[in-house]
Amino acid sequence: MTRLTRYTRTTAFKLSLLYLGVFTVLSAGLLYYVARNTDHLMSEQVVQTVDAELKGLSDIYVRGGVRAVVETIDRRSRHPDASLYLLTDFAGNALVGNIARLPTMVLEEADGGLRRVRYTRMGPDVEDIERQAMVRTFELRGGYRLLVGRDLGDQLRFSNLLGNALRVWLIGVVVMGVMTWVFVSRRVMKRIDEMSATSRTIMNGDLSGRLTVRGNDDEFDRLAVNLNAMLGRIELLMQSMRDVTDNIAHDLKTPLTRLQTRVETALREAKGEDGYREALESVLDDGDHLLRIFNALLRIARIESMAPGADMEPSDLKALVLEIADLYEPLLEDEGGHFEIDVSDGLKTVCNKDLISQALVNLIENALKYGHPENGSLIVSLSAKSDGGRIVLSVSDNGPGIPEAEQDRVKDRFVRLDDSRTEPGTGLGLSLVKAVARLHGGELRFKNEAPGLTASIDLEQAPGQDGSDHERHDGSDKTGIPTA
Amino acid sequence: MLRILVIEDDPEAAGYLVKGLSELGHTADKAGDGETGLQMALDSRYDILIVDRMLPRLDGLSVIQQLRQAANHTPVLILSALGQVDDRVKGLKAGGDDYLPKPYAFTELQARVEALARRPKSASQVETTYTVGNLTLDRMAHSCKRGDVEIPLQPREFRLLEYLMQNAGQVVTRTMLLENVWEYHFDPQTNVIDVHISRLRSKIDKGFDTPLLHTIRGAGYTIRDTAH
Repeated sequence: MTRLTRYTRTTAFKLSLLYLGVFTVLSAGLLYYVARNTDHLMSEQVVQTVDAELKGLSDIYVRGGVRAVVETIDRRSRHPDASLYLLTDFAGNALVGNIARLPTMVLEEADGGLRRVRYTRMGPDVEDIERQAMVRTFELRGGYRLLVGRDLGDQLRFSNLLGNALRVWLIGVVVMGVMTWVFVSRRVMKRIDEMSATSRTIMNGDLSGRLTVRGNDDEFDRLAVNLNAMLGRIELLMQSMRDVTDNIAHDLKTPLTRLQTRVETALREAKGEDGYREALESVLDDGDHLLRIFNALLRIARIESMAPGADMEPSDLKALVLEIADLYEPLLEDEGGHFEIDVSDGLKTVCNKDLISQALVNLIENALKYGHPENGSLIVSLSAKSDGGRIVLSVSDNGPGIPEAEQDRVKDRFVRLDDSRTEPGTGLGLSLVKAVARLHGGELRFKNEAPGLTASIDLEQAPGQDGSDHERHDGSDKTGIPTA
Repeated sequence: MLRILVIEDDPEAAGYLVKGLSELGHTADKAGDGETGLQMALDSRYDILIVDRMLPRLDGLSVIQQLRQAANHTPVLILSALGQVDDRVKGLKAGGDDYLPKPYAFTELQARVEALARRPKSASQVETTYTVGNLTLDRMAHSCKRGDVEIPLQPREFRLLEYLMQNAGQVVTRTMLLENVWEYHFDPQTNVIDVHISRLRSKIDKGFDTPLLHTIRGAGYTIRDTAH
């Protein structure tokens, strides 16, 4: 790419060219309009003057005869800025006037029309040059012909002036346009080249690099700010990926090491078939645990990459909550607790039922694991309320809660607060809830209720609270394929 | 003994499956790509097909669709590394009978294969009464008896027992129970199913000499009469 095409291909060049074109056409149009109107106006004036003089002279002729006309013309012709006059007799001999030369045919056609002619003026001070004039010929009684006209010198000079102005104007516009283009493209190209260079550095691996923001809040600044925000997000994602990788390494290493130890111990201390069986069964348990972690990770990754709105249908929240409660009621009772359910009838939301159920299950399981109060029995409250166009689905316990400083951290993958490390679990439950909430355009929020913790997610309210045709299957369908 | 065809392109995974199934006393063949698999499934009679979703030449779902178009109704268990809700639905819509996401435990696969093989082939084969030992479940009357003793069951307990008895003698996993009795397709981390089982057990086994509902460690549960 040559230097020239590099410049001509830029947006600045194309825009400059376009503006230049539009501006030139508009200015030319304006000047043309002014010129035309002025010309028209001046011609009008000429016509009026000529007509008035002709009328005056013919009146004089009627009252005083040829002599009076000759005298009047002779007197008027002496004025330097006078009109043009010529009076001839029937033979075409000039009697009086200030015109030296004129196309003879003008006098012969005395039809009263106004016409443009070339003529030479009479007089000692005037050089022998051809001028232009608008003239009119009038036939008087007795074969006399009277010609009156106005010189067009002023009008022509004005046209020339306008023409010159237009030329100067056009040159000015082109020069200004080129200057603007050079300035803009140099400036713009410089910024763009800078940005490209920085982007290349960043692409080459230095993710901490950022585009310069000049602080003058122009479009480049806005672009730079946005790109920087994007880079920040990418860096954060990379960082969290690295964290997850580290966490996976750590969290998978523990059960894997345990598994290996069990196998080694069993091999070393062979205690007959029963011993082996026992060892193998615990190895199987460890394997199960590992599988669960993998599945949870895959599932979270999958939810995070799902398109919003995919596999969503209007669902009755009450039915959904009651079914989950039905599943968990016995477990909660065994732990000496009970459910308190507060879901109003006919609350519908557009959601992926399977994922919302799982999110709810994860929150309930967390309440079961960490929500026990020091004294008294565990109460898990499930509630769904409409709140400003969103439905807030929440699970509360009456346990110790989570310190506010930790409330954001527990939503991350593999984060388990120190007190909870002894409980079985993958540390992925809340990450999944968070991903599900995000998929539904909501957020996972915690609130300490002292006592207790409320975890809530917000969902979209289904438009038009009816849609009773989307009830859940009654359980006779083995595969559970949604009817949608 | 079941005749099983494994259509799976990863030779190691296929070998592992065939070996595991053979050790259980089944006859297992393998096909390395979709076209071969479809041909084998159409040519000979298999009891169960295990089909991976991602296959060379012809993908798993197409294999199942073409099989169903040819009026072949061999039960199909779909295996998939994609393993999530929407894929499961797609698999079942294509004509699959069950869906197992990778990675899976072999016991889970075994239980599902055996459950598929026992599934009634047509509506006329569905039994109205299940019997295990002296425990009977009348699906029409919604009643359950052990010997002469009437056992009152909650609707959910009834569904749970029904599913267990439908697969009497076979191991059913917790996931299978959750999928078929509650219709949830995810793994809870707690022993929520165990609690339901222990409640059911206290109703049908408590006070009787021979327990019928057994826990199979590392796998799941089974209902069977050990006296026979």
